[in-house]
Amino acid sequence: MTDGIYLDNNATTMVAPEVVAEMLPFFSEQFGNPSSLHQFGDKVGRAVKRARRQVQSLLGAEHDSEIIFTSCGTESDSTAILSALRAQPDRKEIITTLVEHPAVLTLCEQLEKEGYTVHYLEVDKKGRLDIPAYYKLLSDNVAIVSVMWANNESGTLFPVEEMAEMARSAGVMFHTDAVQAVGKLPIDLKSTAIDMLSLSGHKLHAPKGIGVLYLRRGVRFRPLLRGGHQERGRRAGTENAASIVALGKACEMAREAMDYEKTFVKAMRDRLEQGILAQVGHCFVTGDANNRLPNTCNIAFEYIEGEAILLLLNKMGIAASSGSACTSGSLEPSHVMRAMDIPFTAAHGSVRFSLSRYNTMEEVERVIEAVPPIVEQLRKLSPYWSGDGPVEEPEKAFAPSYA
Amino acid sequence: MWDYSEKVQEHFFNPRNAGAVDKANAVGDVGSLSCGDALRLTLKVDPDSEVILDAGFQTFGCGSAIASSSALTEIIKGMKIDDALGVSNQDIADFLDGLPPEKMHCSVMGREALQAAVANYRGEEWKDDHEEGALVCKCFAIDEVMIEDTVRANGLRTVEEVTNYTKAGGGCSACHEGIEEILTRVLAESGERFDPNAVAGEIKKPKSGLTNLQRMKRIEELLEEIRPNLQRDHGDVELVEVDGKYIYVKMIGACAGCQMAATTLGGIQQHLAEGLGEFIQVLPAEELARRAAMGG
Repeated sequence: MTDGIYLDNNATTMVAPEVVAEMLPFFSEQFGNPSSLHQFGDKVGRAVKRARRQVQSLLGAEHDSEIIFTSCGTESDSTAILSALRAQPDRKEIITTLVEHPAVLTLCEQLEKEGYTVHYLEVDKKGRLDIPAYYKLLSDNVAIVSVMWANNESGTLFPVEEMAEMARSAGVMFHTDAVQAVGKLPIDLKSTAIDMLSLSGHKLHAPKGIGVLYLRRGVRFRPLLRGGHQERGRRAGTENAASIVALGKACEMAREAMDYEKTFVKAMRDRLEQGILAQVGHCFVTGDANNRLPNTCNIAFEYIEGEAILLLLNKMGIAASSGSACTSGSLEPSHVMRAMDIPFTAAHGSVRFSLSRYNTMEEVERVIEAVPPIVEQLRKLSPYWSGDGPVEEPEKAFAPSYA
Repeated sequence: MWDYSEKVQEHFFNPRNAGAVDKANAVGDVGSLSCGDALRLTLKVDPDSEVILDAGFQTFGCGSAIASSSALTEIIKGMKIDDALGVSNQDIADFLDGLPPEKMHCSVMGREALQAAVANYRGEEWKDDHEEGALVCKCFAIDEVMIEDTVRANGLRTVEEVTNYTKAGGGCSACHEGIEEILTRVLAESGERFDPNAVAGEIKKPKSGLTNLQRMKRIEELLEEIRPNLQRDHGDVELVEVDGKYIYVKMIGACAGCQMAATTLGGIQQHLAEGLGEFIQVLPAEELARRAAMGG
């Protein structure tokens, strides 16, 4: 691994060395097309089959044929939602949330332009959904519910198992974007009412460019890509064999490391959070602190801006990410922070630290040391700050024109 | 991560003139919290000579907002306030060896803080007429509000016309879908539908009705009007040829070879089109040579 402290594992993860070793032969000696009859293809076909079982095992799916390999989480999301609309042309409504990943939100915005009605569930200040409000929206007009399992920015978990049961009782399909949850939480799909689930390889130490759509047996389906018979005709295109094998291995390793995630990774996250909160004033944890991913911690530093924090962290070799507008080049801070009604002066200063099992407690201690001086340095520049604290009534004392 | 120049990074990591100036007699607060940038500029101006003796900034913002603030204070210290008002956004960006297109608004903020501070010093009220929208064209840094206003003001109907008037969409063309959506929305305001097959240039505006000579004189007058803006940026423009709806100009001084030259041409084109009341296209003089070589 390169120098530096990588705490941006919700963005992407390092490919595990064991995973790399497992996939490499599939670029050279094992280059066959898994669909071919001859020995070159046959060996690859068997390896893909094994990988499918490894994914099945991590997800707790009943059948291995419920696993469809795709190119990424975004493709899985699009496939799931568009399939539900095409398979049920009389249903013109979609239920999702305000805090989904753009893979779902941007697609929904486009579908609105095409005439569909999209219900966006709101969240409270801790990022929690109003479940009775959701229940009221379920009807025969709804083609699909798409709700993320875990939020990528705050790590907050949604009660998707309960929500899927409600959808099933109303006769509505349920999809969950679980790219942040798979590998970090135990999942047993056969005991749930979830019809479809998206996962992405590069979030769990497999390479980029491989994803999965879990499709419950019997759920009506229309493929996004038609063509060859690959994935039983449900996702045409020659299999990305090397990455499929890699994802299988990564899923096997994630299953073995599940307890470690829940205990040691969580302990590192908690230490990081407490260490920063103990030393830095005027900052707070966003999201539902009691119900979130074990690896994620999102702290809003008030009166300073996230990109500036990241640049200074980066100078010290520490990698994190931010919900500020400037990191994305957009004019608004993160839609997740806005949905939680975090004030602008804090939303712009939100920083996400996301850990993995490859981090160490020693790294966490170094980050705890690095953060306070950075915050102090930027607050010295801030018009909202004076001396050791915010100016009195900051929003009034500094109210720039054309806000 | 952003492609920040070394100068931007240097001014971010070691900002000059951070903090409020002691005994300041001019304060300018500008920014937009929703877009994450806000700046307070404090100046100490000598009342007799009107020279800026000291300048300090406090910024809530990203790396380039802090670097732009730092650059602004360095540029204006020691200047007379009238000269300081001549400092353009481009001067601030140039001082920093350029800013990414998404970040040009950080330099705009610096200039506006200066205007606000000078207004405060003179006991005037500063009003900002600058409204900023989401960036649509990343190649030429054209935002949504700019495109919407131009579409409305000129009755534009096609993506090509939007490109001709604003330059938006004239680069990689990835934003054409976004421009079509703006056209659909704005045309719907007057009950019209966006037609993707419409031909550019068919603007329902009266032709100028001028003789060729009057028209050329008018073009020269219009160029005179915008010349001071270019000269402020140490550039200039020269009229080379008028051939029907094509007007060829030569960019001079700092405008020649400037990476924003295309945007400047777009601005000149808009001014001429509005002034003449007809659809015209402003092209660089090199284009004339190229067309001549191609025999037409």
